[in-house]
Amino acid sequence: MDVKVTFQLRPGYHCNSNTPSEDYLIPLTLTWAPGPLESPQVAYPKAHMEKYTFSETPLSVYTGDFEIATKFKVAASANPGTAFVSGKLRYQACNDRMCLPPKTMDVSLPVEIVK
Amino acid sequence: MMLRSIAAAAVIAVVLTGCSRQANESAKVKATDQRKLAPDFTLKDENGATLRLADYRGKVVLLNFWATWCGPCQIEIPWFMSFENQYKNRDFAVLGVSMDDDGWKSVKPFIEKKKLNYRVAIGTEEISTLYGGLDSLPTTFILDRQGRIAATHVGLVSKSEYQDDIVKLLNAKEGISVQKNASIDSGIRGVSLLHAPGRAN
Repeated sequence: MDVKVTFQLRPGYHCNSNTPSEDYLIPLTLTWAPGPLESPQVAYPKAHMEKYTFSETPLSVYTGDFEIATKFKVAASANPGTAFVSGKLRYQACNDRMCLPPKTMDVSLPVEIVK
Repeated sequence: MMLRSIAAAAVIAVVLTGCSRQANESAKVKATDQRKLAPDFTLKDENGATLRLADYRGKVVLLNFWATWCGPCQIEIPWFMSFENQYKNRDFAVLGVSMDDDGWKSVKPFIEKKKLNYRVAIGTEEISTLYGGLDSLPTTFILDRQGRIAATHVGLVSKSEYQDDIVKLLNAKEGISVQKNASIDSGIRGVSLLHAPGRAN
């Protein structure tokens, strides 16, 4: 089962990709808690390289709207009915002059398990 | 067993919550009667020594809140190092307060790599609150000799903007009482009269 979550960044801001170009940068990560769905395989979108005034070299970033897909398997112990898949998105965003503190936000998606 | 997601695709707005300040808010050096006292704090610096802001009364202080993960912050740090060298003999000091969540683990290697020449401490949530929440980094306060906030810079600004603030405060005559000024001036006038060129003894 593929689950896709679209994230929207405010205009003018970027966040580091899941593979930032410098060691000191905080990567974007999406992690899922154990539950009715298991073995998550997270597929991050392709990042683009952007040059900012504060960086000598282009940075690997996401901007605007971007989508993260996750492939799940249904746990054998999962009961039929509505369940929620819970996860956490960790990101750190900047514009070309300042940076916001890293944030971790909860992600929760309803799923319906049927036999 | 089938799985059907009620909302297989969700759109989540990664909204940058809170009221992040506009870049370079309140940058101009304030008139003395509009300056508020910078909240005092006591931390430990990179050598484990106590760093208390109030101990810096009498000096002009550049108080910089930053983090190792902040690219714009890293641009400014070499400027601050040059200010520390250039003005340290004029009662000036740079103090860096890092907001890195993992504290010295990230900050100490950074200090060593960049050879920082000014004191650094690790900030706390409490200090962040005292200084308005620090929605964004870098945030830099320029303090006058009385420990009051004379200027605030939010976001990356130019080296010359900082330098203008620093020089203005270093050259300010505030904090010297009229009484003290009068005695100094009288002394100088007295010396000038006795030793004026061309005047007969």
